[in-house]
Amino acid sequence: MATIIEVKNLSVRYGVSTALQNVSCQIEQGDFVGLVGPNGGGKTTLAKTILGLLSLHEGKISLFGQDSAKFGEWQKIGYLPQKHTSINPLFPASVGEVVSLGLLSAKKRPKNITTSDWQEIDALLKDIGMIALKGKLISELSGGQQQKVMLARALVSKPEILILDEPSTALDPNSRKQFFARLEKLNKETKTTIILITHDTGYIGKYANKLLYIDRELIYFGKIADFCPEGKDIASCFEKKGGHIIWHQHS
Amino acid sequence: MDIIQILQYSFIQKAFIAGPFVAIACSTLGIFLVLRKMSLIGDGLSHVSFGAIALGLFFGFYPFYIAVPLVALASIAILKISEKARVYGDAAIGIVSAVGIAGGAILASLSKGFNVDLFSYLFGNILAISGSEAVMSVILSLVVLAVIAFFYWDLFSATFDEEYAKTTGIKTDFINTLLTVLTAITVVLSVKVVGIMLVSALLILPAVTALQVSKNFKTALVLGGLFALSSVLSGIILSYILDLPAGATIVMLNAFFFALAFVWKKIA
Repeated sequence: MATIIEVKNLSVRYGVSTALQNVSCQIEQGDFVGLVGPNGGGKTTLAKTILGLLSLHEGKISLFGQDSAKFGEWQKIGYLPQKHTSINPLFPASVGEVVSLGLLSAKKRPKNITTSDWQEIDALLKDIGMIALKGKLISELSGGQQQKVMLARALVSKPEILILDEPSTALDPNSRKQFFARLEKLNKETKTTIILITHDTGYIGKYANKLLYIDRELIYFGKIADFCPEGKDIASCFEKKGGHIIWHQHS
Repeated sequence: MDIIQILQYSFIQKAFIAGPFVAIACSTLGIFLVLRKMSLIGDGLSHVSFGAIALGLFFGFYPFYIAVPLVALASIAILKISEKARVYGDAAIGIVSAVGIAGGAILASLSKGFNVDLFSYLFGNILAISGSEAVMSVILSLVVLAVIAFFYWDLFSATFDEEYAKTTGIKTDFINTLLTVLTAITVVLSVKVVGIMLVSALLILPAVTALQVSKNFKTALVLGGLFALSSVLSGIILSYILDLPAGATIVMLNAFFFALAFVWKKIA
């Protein structure tokens, strides 16, 4: 499989404090990577640096073989941020309008959401059981429903890479199950590469094929099977490796 | 008094040509500014326009030719001060606003000759707008609205979620600068309609009224435009009939629409 994200000797700093030091990894097309580490360990920093939201101080990131500084095909990368709570309660954006924002990266100015775009948005909302809420204000939805809308926004451009930052925290157990089943389907059927930031070792053990474990520096990157032998509870493998970070909510 | 008769006066016709364009430009920008919690940038820039108009009068230029570029530069200064000097946005607005007012006051004191002209800009008078001012207001308002239409989705995305907008390749720094420069142009245009003291009302009131009752973003823009348009047109007529200041009447009508929308939302 082709390498689609390559991180080489990456260091990121916030002022004088180092958030990431000398992190390297190669993520291949079709990988399902569980990105784990303690709070403040640099998981979100790494994701945001890959997405171009933060500047790197040392090292290099390549996306689809291209230096990330020159990369322009952002429609190939879908992103579900961590904080759905940041939605402005006064913002009059409907669910449909919010999902349509995921299509902007592929468009040239003057950008326009076409009839066929709306058909795609409708199909996706139908698929995730949210079509009835298409015209509703995003601020009127529950946290879990908002998270589903944000997932639809990340998926609508049919990205080749999906970066998800603690995506299931607002979801109820049933929605969480459906959410991970959807990710698995995307990963298996369309070879969508998934980077999942989570504290939930159960889901990593069940769905991910690779583990990227960082605590400001790289602790482990490789196959899950090499980190934790098959049949063994993955949570216990983290505990053995100083895993004070991980909690296990999956059942 | 007969409305048809009122509409035959040349000064009313000029006000009816310029007012709606400026009002719609204001309400459209106002929606973005209010949602970004940048409402008071209009207030700050109107204070800068006081200084810029004083500068124009001091050197004997037509004030608006000086005010448009100077207020646009001030809007960029607000952004740069908050970015580079680690100053919060509201404090940056306060700095630039104070410099504008102080500069205007010093120039007024030095000149001793144009105080009456300068202070007439404080409350504006759309009924005293000249033909060339009406044409300039229409053209610049159309430019502002055309730029907003061209960058509509970028503005919407960057206003809703700036970080996410960046991940879709939108240059949000450019969008932020564009928005403030458009605001600067619109503020200068609005000075003639409602005056320096009430410019921010024209930016904020139609926007917050529309936000009370809108179920999606496009509806908010359309309703904001309608509220602004209605208040300016009816304000011009009412102020003439009742012999009231036009700018203040327009603002009071805007406030009335806001109160109506608020009550409607509570009972609907």
